[in-house]
Amino acid sequence: MGNRLIELREIKKSYGSVFAVGGVNMHIDSGEVVGLLGDNGAGKSTLIKMLAGAVRPTSGEILVRGMPVHGWNAAKSRASGIETVFQDRALAVQQTIVRNIFMGREITKAFGLLDIAKQRSEAERLMREIGFTSKVFSPDSIVGQLSGGERQGVAIARAIYNKADLIILDEPTTALSLTETEKVFRFVRTVRESGRSILFIGHNIHHVFDIAERFIVMDRGRVALEITKAEVGSADRLIAFMEHVAHPTGPNPLAHVAAQKGAAR
Amino acid sequence: MTDTPEIENRSIEQGALRRFVLQNRAAIGTFAVFAVMMALFFVGNPRVFSDYRIYYSVLTTLPVAIFVVVPMVFLVTVGEIDLSFPAVMALSAWVFALGVQAGFEPFLCFVAGAGAGLITGAVIGAVVVYGGLSSLVATLGLSFLIRGAILIGTGGKSIAVVSLKNTVAYQVLSGTIAGFPVQMIWASVFVAGSAILYNRHRFGARVHCVGDNPDSAEQMGIDTRRVRVLTFVFMGFGAALAGMFSTMINFTWWPTSGDSYLLPTLAAVFVGGTPTWGGIGTILGGTIGAVIVSFIQVGIVSAGLDGFYVQFFNGLIIILSLLGHRWNQIRYR
Repeated sequence: MGNRLIELREIKKSYGSVFAVGGVNMHIDSGEVVGLLGDNGAGKSTLIKMLAGAVRPTSGEILVRGMPVHGWNAAKSRASGIETVFQDRALAVQQTIVRNIFMGREITKAFGLLDIAKQRSEAERLMREIGFTSKVFSPDSIVGQLSGGERQGVAIARAIYNKADLIILDEPTTALSLTETEKVFRFVRTVRESGRSILFIGHNIHHVFDIAERFIVMDRGRVALEITKAEVGSADRLIAFMEHVAHPTGPNPLAHVAAQKGAAR
Repeated sequence: MTDTPEIENRSIEQGALRRFVLQNRAAIGTFAVFAVMMALFFVGNPRVFSDYRIYYSVLTTLPVAIFVVVPMVFLVTVGEIDLSFPAVMALSAWVFALGVQAGFEPFLCFVAGAGAGLITGAVIGAVVVYGGLSSLVATLGLSFLIRGAILIGTGGKSIAVVSLKNTVAYQVLSGTIAGFPVQMIWASVFVAGSAILYNRHRFGARVHCVGDNPDSAEQMGIDTRRVRVLTFVFMGFGAALAGMFSTMINFTWWPTSGDSYLLPTLAAVFVGGTPTWGGIGTILGGTIGAVIVSFIQVGIVSAGLDGFYVQFFNGLIIILSLLGHRWNQIRYR
């Protein structure tokens, strides 16, 4: 067990009488890449929105580096070193790249005046860092003029700016071309090598299997399985388990692991 | 991934001038409308329009419009609107006029009036934002409420503040220097300060982001409700200034003062090139819009047309400006 970066204890979220997330315990350690899997409606998105502070849990506890945090919200999540690349990218498309990168975290001089020169040069550096190929775009370009992959780049640049400890990527490759997808994966590897943690949400299990070291499978608002790459062995077995979760008719392909874990607890 | 220096150079060369034109496209378009309009007026009546007096009369009342148009650009950018500012103009100026009438130092009364505007703006903002109401409908209701309270409180009577005329405060705030109305200097300072706040300050950056995509702003840790309430506070402040300057120009406060500013102010904002959908806008354009709206009435009558033509040309210029901006602006989604 490494260094606990963030831990969720009995986190629940209900909308009226419907539980989107019903009592989740999970943790992410420093420097690990965790894959979050599950069918549509399993509660993945709600869970990461709670991690990002965009949605408030109905009950439960959130601990950052072992310390419980009260009044969890987006500002506190970001201040704790958690950055999220949302599925919809959360960009203000009529604004410049600079304004999007520094949204909610502007670099200022005295009296709250923006340090425009510094924001611009930092934005330029970030754009190079993430491999922004279209040099016709400057930091002052309007985000609405960019392609889907380039917009994803802006969202990622915003997430890596503050040297975050945990970067949450919610289906970052959806609607991207093959080369753009490859670029996102290259980025994930770079972040992993720099020792930061990643929570990767994806539908393509082969992709997630390649990237992550540990997997959390969600089903109907609960954690159905938590397993390391070594324990699963192959992507195909993970897929077989996911199918078992969706249609639990046959035998559980990972029953032996689940049994061990249950015994250990 | 490969670097293409020649393309990169081109994008940097685009720099200064082109960026200025692109960023101020709406304001430049509005200025073009103003220039054409003034040229037509000049042709219509060269004698009147080469005389300074007509400009003096416009410059005297123009600051009142500017003090409400500029904050309205902030409000429209953040995705809200305020129809209650004319009532706030009257309310703040009432505080000012009561103080002056009671013999207090006019500077002090001015500060009190501005304070009344800030507080009223905060209340209006809190009702709209924390009540989760549509600002269009809620401020309509609040407008009636505030105006009604003023009418009940005064019994419909006006207040004369002729005693202001010989005070230092009046000379400093609303006097004349070398034939130039001093309030125009204050209005210019207000526009410059607001443009910095809008374009080069953290608050302005957040106003843009909240108006553009409130959900994203929230997810990025911006307290969107606070930003929206503060924008209403700024509107209240501007309305207070406008109300008090209007009172100083006329030396009289009326319970209905401010009412005639509602539609021209909204027209000026949109003629100025700030679109209705939020997220973007222009302070400079709004200011030029205020100048246009202020000149139309004087201009049409002075150009020798019957006063009945005023509304018609008012409408014509608004529609033509909007069509121009629509063609000039792309809405990114």
